[in-house]
Amino acid sequence: MAERISAADVAHVAHLARLKVSEEEIALFAAQLGAVLEHAADVAALDTAGVPPTAHPLPVRNVLRADEERPSLDRQTVLDQAPRAEDDRFRVPRILGEAP
Amino acid sequence: MSSGQEGASSPAAGLAAAVREGRASAVEVLERHLGAIAERDPEIHAFNLVMVDEARRRAETVDGAVARGEDPGRLAGVPVALKDNLCTRGVPTSCSSKILASWRPPYDATVVERITAAGAVVVGKTNLDEFAMGSSTENSAFGPTRNPHDPARVPGGSSGGSAAAVAAGFAPLALGSDTGGSIRQPAALCGVVGVKPTYGLVSRYGLVAFASSLDQIGPFAHTVRDAALLFEVIAGHDPMDSTSLDGPAPSVLDAIPMGVEGMRVGLVSELLAGVEPAAAAAVEAAAEALTGMGAKVETTSVPATVYGLSAYYLIAPAEASSNLARYDGVRYGLRVEGEDVAAMFGATRQAGFGAEVKRRIMLGTYALSAGYYDAYYGQAQRVRTLIIRDFEEAYRSFDALLAPTTPGPAFPLGAKTQDPLSMYMSDVCTIPSNLAGHPAMSIPWGSSDGLPLGVQVMAPALGEAVMFRVAAALEGEAPPAPVPAGGRR
Repeated sequence: MAERISAADVAHVAHLARLKVSEEEIALFAAQLGAVLEHAADVAALDTAGVPPTAHPLPVRNVLRADEERPSLDRQTVLDQAPRAEDDRFRVPRILGEAP
Repeated sequence: MSSGQEGASSPAAGLAAAVREGRASAVEVLERHLGAIAERDPEIHAFNLVMVDEARRRAETVDGAVARGEDPGRLAGVPVALKDNLCTRGVPTSCSSKILASWRPPYDATVVERITAAGAVVVGKTNLDEFAMGSSTENSAFGPTRNPHDPARVPGGSSGGSAAAVAAGFAPLALGSDTGGSIRQPAALCGVVGVKPTYGLVSRYGLVAFASSLDQIGPFAHTVRDAALLFEVIAGHDPMDSTSLDGPAPSVLDAIPMGVEGMRVGLVSELLAGVEPAAAAAVEAAAEALTGMGAKVETTSVPATVYGLSAYYLIAPAEASSNLARYDGVRYGLRVEGEDVAAMFGATRQAGFGAEVKRRIMLGTYALSAGYYDAYYGQAQRVRTLIIRDFEEAYRSFDALLAPTTPGPAFPLGAKTQDPLSMYMSDVCTIPSNLAGHPAMSIPWGSSDGLPLGVQVMAPALGEAVMFRVAAALEGEAPPAPVPAGGRR
């Protein structure tokens, strides 16, 4: 489990996370992330057969409020926060494959 | 619960009592603190933003209420500094990140509403490690905060600005957030009290998310009583946070005078191993003091805590990688244009995030990715179960646990920035309580070369009353603490 993370792994993970990274960053991050994963080898190697995972520290369940209409944030207030908005919608650059 | 006794020996409670009784004006109190900020914050850089005009208007409102014979509340006229990852309506909330540098939230965090309703005066937004990821406040896009005890050293982090603001006398109270120690560690390094409440006791509505199963908001103060007062104001159910606990929050001020006689306190051997001799000596002296006050103190073992650091640095980055996916240049925050939407995402996130945030996003994405999920993330979640079980076992024999807050005192700026793993080690003593969801707090105890140290008191979930009792008893017996320039006011 303790294999270091390769430059190709870092490039792949950066792509999954939609992070643009330079070649220098890939080399630096590969070394730094490798050290952290090396440290985590103790956890990866533990025998935890039969131990359930904990996703949340306290036994609270999903919470739903009463299904009643109530005001939310004003649409214009929200759109005012956007880098670009148009016709009551967020404006984004073209999606791949679409005509411009 | 708003007895006049709150002011007995604590600066914030004392100010609130004076303002409520008309012996001091909120405006006067504020100006004194703004003066301290103007004098020394250019050197310390505790604040990303000092809210001079808003604070003055607010202080006048508080004084107006007193003049009309109304009670402004338990924090009347008390200046409070807010970590800059707590949303303030219309006021920049940057998380010390370029990606949110000019963002003005459309709403207030619940804690901001609660302290304001109690009469507090928000003085400003404090510096932090970007998105609360770090242990030194050096990961801020706006430059580091310096330790008021020695400006060549870090204040700790990630809530370093809030800790420094209290230590330097810029505000008697501050709020921070603690995901792996981000309140307790800087509190210890700056010589103030810092509290991480039970997960779910304080609403996280309006706290910019880092790792949602771990994040918790809590107070900084000079004294245990002041921290208890602020805790009582912010704790309690909030329908706007789905992880908020139902039921009343523990009342802690009433518990403080009860002392520790007959209480069983365990010294956690795993968290003492590997800390600097001065940090271990401080905890041992604190243990002796508790024994002297009638507590039964014994060394004990919480074995799985040795895996805490490794498990945390898989779980927290995994949650962060998901939480930070929202910063994509579409709805708010920075956008760097690209020729298509994917290029825009990549360019925005490259320009907007600093190196540590990128590291954590990638580490978390890796730990969650196909082929590694079971070995890393899934395994860390199982270790989390083991840590909770071992704590439960310890709390069958003990009412509270004692440990160092940090492995040592404040380190010089730059000492750990090139080696992320060595920086992560700063959190080794504080992480287990976050993984378990338990309350824990740091109080100043002893020093190392003139720099403050902290001891950590831990308790089971909802055990705040016991925790504050132990902390208050210790505070009363603590050796003289280092005082920074400025200090209390």
